[in-house]
Amino acid sequence: MKAEGLSVTLSQSSPIALDCTLDCAPGELLALVGPSGSGKSTVLRCIAGLQRPQNGRITCAGKTWLDKDIALPPQQRRVGMVFQSYSLLPHLSAQDNVALALWQLPRGERLEAAQAWLARVHLHGLGERRPGELSGGQQQRVALARALARAVGDATQPTVLLLDEPFSAVDQVTRRKLQQELARLRRELSIPIVLVTHDLDEARMLADRMVLLHRGVGLQSGPPEEIMTRPRNAAVARLTGLNNLFEGIVGGRAADGMILLEWQGLHLEVHGDQDFAAGTRVCWVVPPEGVRLHRRGRPYPNEGSNQVTGSIEDKLVLGPFTHVTLRPARGGPPLAFSLPSHIAEQDAITPGAEATVTLLPRAIQLMPWEG
Amino acid sequence: MMDWAALLLSLKLAVLTTLLLVPLAVLLARPLAWSRFAGKGLLEALVALPLVLPPTVLGYYLLTAFASHAPIGRAYAALTGRTLVFSFDGLLLASLIFNLPFAVQPIQRAFGGIPRAAREAAWCCGLSSWRTLWRVELPLAWPGLLSAIVLTFAHTLGEFGVVLMVGGNISEQTRTVAISIYDRMQAFDESGVAAMSALLVGISFSAIGAFHLLTRRIGHHEG
Repeated sequence: MKAEGLSVTLSQSSPIALDCTLDCAPGELLALVGPSGSGKSTVLRCIAGLQRPQNGRITCAGKTWLDKDIALPPQQRRVGMVFQSYSLLPHLSAQDNVALALWQLPRGERLEAAQAWLARVHLHGLGERRPGELSGGQQQRVALARALARAVGDATQPTVLLLDEPFSAVDQVTRRKLQQELARLRRELSIPIVLVTHDLDEARMLADRMVLLHRGVGLQSGPPEEIMTRPRNAAVARLTGLNNLFEGIVGGRAADGMILLEWQGLHLEVHGDQDFAAGTRVCWVVPPEGVRLHRRGRPYPNEGSNQVTGSIEDKLVLGPFTHVTLRPARGGPPLAFSLPSHIAEQDAITPGAEATVTLLPRAIQLMPWEG
Repeated sequence: MMDWAALLLSLKLAVLTTLLLVPLAVLLARPLAWSRFAGKGLLEALVALPLVLPPTVLGYYLLTAFASHAPIGRAYAALTGRTLVFSFDGLLLASLIFNLPFAVQPIQRAFGGIPRAAREAAWCCGLSSWRTLWRVELPLAWPGLLSAIVLTFAHTLGEFGVVLMVGGNISEQTRTVAISIYDRMQAFDESGVAAMSALLVGISFSAIGAFHLLTRRIGHHEG
């Protein structure tokens, strides 16, 4: 538990089940990721004090916001919150919306400070406009400026910045731009930032760490890269969209320390430190990046181990990349991988064609078996 | 000709009723718009009752309740030394009651139309409930408040049955312009009736016209 950051433990059984723990250090961006209905917004609302869980403990910079007999109202938690639909007040101009978060300043300084925050999010000269006169992206910036004004305004207080699906309501070009701006802006912020999103790519781009939430339960936390390539269990693999999920039996260790995995009569080599006894039934997963196609007419280095031969079952060209599924000749469910579209074309990767792939020993992840 | 005293009394009653009732209606309408509690349906029905009851029936019950031997009348006499029956005080209290739906319902609708997220945003900005009321809720509910003000004012000016039952017809105390018009009609003072009726139409029309202008301007402003 880091005393200086945000530390959250929540549990409840109704109205929606919650069981999750998260920590976010100052300056760290933590993504709360999960499908819709997974409870991620509820967690954020509990942190903000807009909702009270049945049980829980929230501390921020050593100050207790929530415990058995403490529940500070949102006003007493210094939380900058960007709401999903921004929640700008329609009767106030952009700068007055930001100034609302600065009400503790003397009247004269408020407007100037609000304009400074608007400038910080690249909204010079639009302060007089009302939310209805601004585009979606501009409204999002006003909401961010307001949240920053609240969270960063007073350096002496424990603060946190909360972002609830902040980019979900804008078009993709604006989204990319806003995401880049957030990535730049956050380098200057030394407070914990919690981002709620259902977009794994967004989490991968922006977050230092993420917590994967499913039905209110925190399934795994760690760097996004790790969660997406090293899922702790099959549920995490499914939620992160890893389709190459298979079952096998651990065959023991090879002389070179590799774990041997028996699958469809093959002995796959797995480079890992997981400790499964020989004979254990496991689930395993290999991310599409860990599947390498053998090019036609070219030798594949390290010939021999982890080769799977089969016939191409399906091919889907998605712009520069082509998604391919391979039906292994020895049986079993198909393997999915992708490759640059020009290579698929050169090698005549079409349904029915024969192909061989190698599964990289380093990319294979073993997980506990589940029925 | 014109019964200026009656007109003045009507205006005084309308202004006082509006000033007292609108803040009360805000207090009552907020929980009705946002909360669920036991007896909410009953409370809403009670608030709406003056809309459907014949004014004479409402007036009869109020008169009974205000009587000096009834609890309300007795309590009021003990507190102030004055009576509620056939007095301006009683008229004002009756007016507050029969105007309840005209004040509460538009305000309740207006508060119900404020998204919860708007209030939450204000709380997250650190605004207390009181500050949120003034900076966020009232500005957003303004058209509903205006509607309540105009309806209460105009309705008080025009109320006849309840006023007659509770207030009687005492010059400069309880004789409002509506009563005065009826009085003059019975005395065959047709020019007086015509003049006062025309004035009442003028005032009511201006009030409603001003309301429409103001709400249109607000609508325009909010874009």
